[in-house]
Amino acid sequence: MKTLFDKIWDAHVVQKVEDGPTQLYIDRLYCHEVTTPQAFDTLRDKNIRVFRPEQVVAMPDHNTPSDQQERIDDPVGRKQVETLAANCAEFGIRHFAMGTKDNGIIHVVGPEKALSLPGMTIVCGDSHTSTHGAVGAIAMGIGTSEVAQVLASQTILQSKPKTMRINIEGTLPEGTTAKDVALYIMAQLTTSGATGYAVEYAGSTVRNMSMEGRLTLSNLSIEMGSRAGLIAPDETTFAYLKGREYAPKGEAWDKAVEEWKQLYSDADAVFDKEVTYHAEDIAPRITYGTNPGAGIAIDECIPTLDEVPEADHAQFLAMLDYMQFEPGQKLEGTPVDYCFLGACTNGRIEDFRAFASVVKGKKKADNVVAWLVPGSWLVRQQIIDEGIDKILEEAGFELRLPSCSSCLAMNPDKVPAGKLSISTSNRNFVGRQGPGARTILASPLVVAASAITGVVTDPRKM
Amino acid sequence: MAKQKFDIIQSTCLPIQIDNCNTDLIIPARYLASTTRDPKFFGDAFMHDLRYDGEGKPVADFVMNLPEFSEAPREGVHEIIIGGQNWGSGSSREHAAWAIAGYGARVVISSSFADIHRNNLLNCFVLPVIVSREFHQELFDTVAANPNAEVRVDVPNQTVTNITTGRSETFDINGYKKYCLMNALDDIDFLLENKGKIEEYESGK
Repeated sequence: MKTLFDKIWDAHVVQKVEDGPTQLYIDRLYCHEVTTPQAFDTLRDKNIRVFRPEQVVAMPDHNTPSDQQERIDDPVGRKQVETLAANCAEFGIRHFAMGTKDNGIIHVVGPEKALSLPGMTIVCGDSHTSTHGAVGAIAMGIGTSEVAQVLASQTILQSKPKTMRINIEGTLPEGTTAKDVALYIMAQLTTSGATGYAVEYAGSTVRNMSMEGRLTLSNLSIEMGSRAGLIAPDETTFAYLKGREYAPKGEAWDKAVEEWKQLYSDADAVFDKEVTYHAEDIAPRITYGTNPGAGIAIDECIPTLDEVPEADHAQFLAMLDYMQFEPGQKLEGTPVDYCFLGACTNGRIEDFRAFASVVKGKKKADNVVAWLVPGSWLVRQQIIDEGIDKILEEAGFELRLPSCSSCLAMNPDKVPAGKLSISTSNRNFVGRQGPGARTILASPLVVAASAITGVVTDPRKM
Repeated sequence: MAKQKFDIIQSTCLPIQIDNCNTDLIIPARYLASTTRDPKFFGDAFMHDLRYDGEGKPVADFVMNLPEFSEAPREGVHEIIIGGQNWGSGSSREHAAWAIAGYGARVVISSSFADIHRNNLLNCFVLPVIVSREFHQELFDTVAANPNAEVRVDVPNQTVTNITTGRSETFDINGYKKYCLMNALDDIDFLLENKGKIEEYESGK
């Protein structure tokens, strides 16, 4: 009567500290350039080595430019990327350098290289580490002090979270994707509704999702407050992982699959909280505010003041003031300035296929700047192999180089102050895409449709 | 970050009444590219884009720039931040905790914290104190009425007291972490002392 989370957690307990947290063994630590320099400094301060360097994988992604990768013009960002490379060389850690075929966004590269596998515990100094939970792993974002702990001991001290199961049942309506499912759940649960919980996604909608869709769903767990978003591994998971670079091979593969098949929540497992949603209630969605939970179906209007609890009025109006929207306004048809396809949320091959399916044979609107940024070099190669780059080119789009790009303003892809962006990324926070930038979150289909018309557009009407 | 042993802190407060104050607001992404550990660098960036306008001038009506709250923390003054609910949501950046520690605060009180940020605060020797919504609102009201109002955080007894109203609550912290805070001990030292247990676990896999 264990949950999936309990099974993996229990298998990784080194010890339970008396009147304290659990010392948990970590199978995989990912490092990027932003949240690790000070962790390596801690190791040098204490004169210690990395305990299990072969279990650590590093790559720069946040500061990486998407227009060229010969150099980073910003000296501060360049130093950070160089520091990661130097630290990896000093401590004997595998490093996928910028501009090489192994590089990309950690949360895209990890699963696609099968460095993230079912049953693992995975951490990284990045809140979107929840992504890797889609393969059936406990994957959590941590801080830099905790990165140092894992580097030093391959373990971490954590209090066990409560468990929540989110069931989604039924067939998703036309034009509706995993991204819309996540945006819908956030609007229901709020951005703190899953704080303190590890979430497991279940139900027929999730079972029928592709691996790419599941990775999108798990990615957004943190936007509901949950550090972890698990999905029990099944044939979809195994088919996705099989034959990938670091997947077990031959007999070891067969043995691994047999073990992974035990990774599910028992029928009588009890969750601290359980909620169920219906796919038929979900439509293509957009956000209107400055947290990802402030969203509506694309053909709905922003709530009027009467529809918002009085205690929330000040925050609601402050959000709309920043976004330059009005209560009750319909956003469909609003001109957009920037369109972004990419990020650890929607930078995978399926997202580019979806985008291409909308823009094929059409032309990008002249008023729109579009950034189409694959999540990894592998994704980029697949886009080219499938001829998707030609479709995009003919429609007036340019395929850029793998990077976190416009998801956060740490590289040249910044949205200027006051400009409105419609984006497949994960956060519409104040200033997230650049100081003063305004962000609408949406699926690749909605972003594609909007890039063609130049206004917020329902892909079902294309 | 400087480690200071925790005992009893009694101080005036800096109220930042913003619900869902995410770590992007606490410290914007452009300050993350630094490889420094200088507390002043991060402390100066604390709440930067609300504190300063696009030209770097202080925003006059933001709480940290009001005369009654603008004094930097020192013993008994502004060592306690009262933050809005769901404090520290979003990005896992520990830089947000460094910004708070670098600014000089030692305690953040809220009715709820995001999980990762809460751990980061503890690892930076800033104590997150979770109180009831009623207590939380009363604190904001008290400080709004009197910016010199003091709050007492008693770590050994795990109590937080609004001195003005006399209202007091207990707060949760596990015994291990409390011991660490009161003795200025890092988790990493504990883990290094337990190498044997880790190797034992690995050999049993």
